[in-house]
Amino acid sequence: MKRWKDYEDKLEMERQKRQALFLKNEKREKKRQNREYAWVSFFLVLAFLSLAGYLCYYTFALRESFISSPYNTRQDIFQDRVVRGSILSSDGEVLARTYLEGWDNTEKRMYPYGRLFSHVVGYAAEGKGGLEAEANFQLLTSHEFFIDQMKNEFKGEKNLGDTCVTSLSVTLQQAAYDALGDHRGAVIAIEPSTGRILAEVSKPDFDPNDLIDNWEELVGDEDNSSLLNRAVNGSYPPGSTFKIVTALAYYRRMGTLDGYSYTCDGSITREGASIHCYDWNAHGAEDIYGAFAYSCNAAFADIGLFLGGAALKACAEELLFNKKLPLDGCRQSSFSLDGGSDTQAVMQTAIGQGETLVSPLHMALITCAIANNGVLMKPTLIDRVVNADGEIIRETLPRESRRLLTADEAGAMRALMEDVTEYGTASSLSYRGYTCAGKTGSAEYDAYGNSHSWFVGYLDQEEPSLVVAVLVEDGGSGSDSAVPVAAQVFDAYVWG
Amino acid sequence: MVNIFVELSKYVILTLMVIYTFYCFFLIRARSRKARAHSLVRQLLLIVLLDTDAFLVLLLKQREPKVLVIYAGMMVFFMAIQILYRWLYRKASFLLLNNMCMLLSIGFIMQTRLSSDDALRQLLIAAASSGACLLIPVVIQKLKFFRNLTWLYALLGIGLLAMVYLLALDTNGAKLSLFGLQPSEFVKIIFVFFMASLLYRNASFPRVVLAALVAGVHILLLVMSVDLGSALIYFVTFLILVYISSRKKRYLLIGIAGGSGFSVAAYRMFAHVRVRVTAFLDPMTVYENEGYQVVQSLFAIGTGGWFGMGLYQGAPYLIPFVSSDCIFSAVCEELGVIFGVCLILVCMNFFLMIGNISLEIRNPFYKLVAIGLGIEYVIQVFLNIGGVIKFIPLTGVTLPLVSYGGSSILSTIVMIGIIQGLYIMREDEDEEMERLRR
Repeated sequence: MKRWKDYEDKLEMERQKRQALFLKNEKREKKRQNREYAWVSFFLVLAFLSLAGYLCYYTFALRESFISSPYNTRQDIFQDRVVRGSILSSDGEVLARTYLEGWDNTEKRMYPYGRLFSHVVGYAAEGKGGLEAEANFQLLTSHEFFIDQMKNEFKGEKNLGDTCVTSLSVTLQQAAYDALGDHRGAVIAIEPSTGRILAEVSKPDFDPNDLIDNWEELVGDEDNSSLLNRAVNGSYPPGSTFKIVTALAYYRRMGTLDGYSYTCDGSITREGASIHCYDWNAHGAEDIYGAFAYSCNAAFADIGLFLGGAALKACAEELLFNKKLPLDGCRQSSFSLDGGSDTQAVMQTAIGQGETLVSPLHMALITCAIANNGVLMKPTLIDRVVNADGEIIRETLPRESRRLLTADEAGAMRALMEDVTEYGTASSLSYRGYTCAGKTGSAEYDAYGNSHSWFVGYLDQEEPSLVVAVLVEDGGSGSDSAVPVAAQVFDAYVWG
Repeated sequence: MVNIFVELSKYVILTLMVIYTFYCFFLIRARSRKARAHSLVRQLLLIVLLDTDAFLVLLLKQREPKVLVIYAGMMVFFMAIQILYRWLYRKASFLLLNNMCMLLSIGFIMQTRLSSDDALRQLLIAAASSGACLLIPVVIQKLKFFRNLTWLYALLGIGLLAMVYLLALDTNGAKLSLFGLQPSEFVKIIFVFFMASLLYRNASFPRVVLAALVAGVHILLLVMSVDLGSALIYFVTFLILVYISSRKKRYLLIGIAGGSGFSVAAYRMFAHVRVRVTAFLDPMTVYENEGYQVVQSLFAIGTGGWFGMGLYQGAPYLIPFVSSDCIFSAVCEELGVIFGVCLILVCMNFFLMIGNISLEIRNPFYKLVAIGLGIEYVIQVFLNIGGVIKFIPLTGVTLPLVSYGGSSILSTIVMIGIIQGLYIMREDEDEEMERLRR
C-alpha cells in the first residue's frame, strides 16, 4: 500500500515538473515572439508622450510671445469683459485711455496729446495701428486681483485691462515734433545701451481722437499717406549716411582707416560714368577722415570701386540690409548690388544713391550698434505692463539683439563720426555745451537734384547716451534741415 | 450668474477629466477583479457627470432644445452600448469601451458648441455604426477564413482607392470622398488585414517584396489623390508590420531611408508639400495664406492656456476646418491645455489596450491585425495633434472619435469592434490552454 502511495506521489511530482517546464517554455517562447511587439509599442507610447511634452513646452515657454502677436484678433472677444487698458509715457503721462461717457456708459478711447503720438501710439479703431495694435493683447488682458475679478463677475461689471508703460518721453517727442515743423519726415530717438525708443515722430500726421470721422479721407489720401509711419515703414535712399557702411567695408578690408588719400576736384569719372560732389565742391587733398567729415562723394565712389560690389553687399547685409529688423512690423531695407554690378552702380551705391532703400529706424539701429561698442540691443517700446492697481505684471529687460560690429570697428566708425560734428558738415552741433557725433546726408530722389535731408548721430562722445535719426523730406542737404532738428532733440535731452 | 456657472464648470470639467485619466492608468495595473469593476463604474459616473455639466453650460449659452435632444440621445446611446456589451460580451475590454465613450463625449460637446446640427448628425452616425458593429466580435469569433482572403483584400483596397482617384471631385485640392464617404478610412482596415494575412505564416523575402508592391500601389494612389496624411499612415503601418513579422531590422532601415528619399522628392515635386513645410517652419511670415490655419490653431491653444477660457468663452470658430482637422485646438482653447494633455493620455491608454491584446493573443494572424490597427490609430492621432500644435507639419487627418466626420467615426468604431472581438477570442484561448495543461 505504501509503495502504491509512493508511486502516486512520484507521478504527481513528475506531472508538476512537466507542467512547470511547459509553462516556462511557453513563457519564454511568448517573450521571444513578443520582443518586436514590445519594442514597437514602446516607441508608439513615446510618440504620445512627446506630443504631451511639446504641448506643455508650448504652453509654458512659447505661448506668451506667440499670442501677443498683433495678428491675434482673439482678444477682441475679451472686449465685452475687459475695459481696454491705458498707454502711458515713461514718466507716467497718459497717452491713451478709455473712459465711460453718457447715460449708457459707452466706452470712448481718448488720446490727450492728440497728434503728437499719432503713429507710435496708433489707434484702436478701424483695424488698429501702432502700439494699440502691437499691445492689443496686454491692453485687453486683466490681471486684477482675482477676488476683484469675481466681484466684477457677480456685479456684471467689466474687469480693468492692464496698462502699458512705454519708453516714450513726452519732452523728447514734443521737441522732435516741433523741430520737424511743417516738414514731412521722421525722427526716431533710441537709447543705445538698452534699445529703448524714446521718441518716434512721423509727419504728416493725424488726430487719433477723430480718426473714425476722417477715416475715408485718410485712407484715400495717397499724396500725403498720413497713416504711414515714416519712422519705421518709410523707405528712402540713404544718401551720404550710407558712407558709414562704405567706410566700415573699407576698414574690414584694410584693418585700418589710415593710409587712404585722394585728391578731389569736385567730381570723379571712371569708365564713362561720373559722380560729382554736393554743389560741385572740390575738396582737394584729403584722407578718409576728411572725406567722411566733408562728405566727399568722389572719394567714396573711389573707395567703392576699390572694394567692389561684393564686399559692399557683404558689409551691408551684415548691417541687416535685406534682413528682417529686430522690431516687429517694420519695413525691411533693400540693397541690390553684387559682384556683377557695373561701375556706375557701384559708385552710386557707395555714396548712398542707386537702388538702396532704407528706413530711418534702420539707420538709427546701425548708429546704435556703433554707439554701443558694436552690439545692437533689441529696440523696444514697452518698458513694463502693470495691472489696474499698478503692480508689475511683466517688465522688459534690455536684450542683446546681435553684434553687428567688433568693438574696434565701432571705435573706428566713432572717430569718423566725431570729426563730422567737430569740423565737418555738422559742425553747427559743436559748442552747444555737450559733445556729439554723426553723419549728414542728402539723398537725391529725382533727376533734378532735389534731395531729402538726413542726419544720424549720437550724443556724448565719451559714453553715447542717445541716438537720433532724422529724415526731412525734400529738405535739401543734411546740414540745411536735418541737423537743426537733431540739435533741438539733443538740447531737449540735455537741458530738458 | 451664468458667467459664474460657466467659470466654475471649467474647473469642474477639468477635475473630472483628470480623475478619469487617473482611473485609466489605475485600471491597467489593477489586478483584483473587484477593484477593476468598481473603477470601471466610477469612470462611467465621471463621464456622465462631465457630460451633464458641459451640456448644462451649452444649454444655458445656446438656449436651444436641440442641445437637450443631443444630451438625451447621447446618454441613451452610451447606456445602450454599455448594457448590450455587458449582456453579449462579458469578456470584452470595458476600459476600451469607456474610453470610446469618453472620446465620443468630448467630440459631442465640442461639436454641439460649434454647430448643434453637425453634432446631431455625428451622434446618429455614431449610434448607428455602434449598433451595426455589435456583430463584429461574434463574426470574428465564428468565421475562420479571414486569414485566407489575402488577394481579395488587396483587390478591394486598390479598387476603392483607384475609384477615389478616378471619380472623386477635388475638395481643397485633394480627392477624398465618394458618395459622401471617404474610402481611404475603410481601406486602412482592409490594408492591415491584407498585410497580416500575407505575412503571418511566412515573412520571407519574396513575400515582403510582394507586400511592398501592393502597399506601393496603395500609397501611390493616395499620393495621386493628394491625400498625403493617409499615405504616410499606410507607409508606416506597412513598414512596422514587415519588421514585426520578419524580425529583421534591416527592412526598417531600408524603409526609413526610402521614406526619407520619398519625402525629399515629394517636397521638390509638390507645391502643396512645400507650402505645408513653410507654414510649419515660420507660420507668421506666411500668415495671410499658408500659415493661417496653424497660426489660428496656436492662437487658440495659447489664448486658452493651462485652464482654458471655458466653454463658449473662446473663439474656436476662427480656425479653418476646426470641427474636423483642428478639434484638438478648440478643446485646448475652451477646456484648457491640461484637459488636452489628459486627452492625449486617454488616447495613449486607448492604444495601450490595443497593444496589450496584440501581446497577449496567440493567434499569429490576429496578433498582426491588432498591432497594425494600433499603429494606424497612433499615427493618425500623432499627425492630427502634432500638426495643430506645430510639433510637425499639418497634414489634415482627423482625430479619431473626436473630430467631426462620418467615415472617420464609422471606421474607428469598426476597428474597436475588431479589437473587442480579439479580447473575447483571447479569453477563449486561455480556457483552451487551461484544458491543455490538465
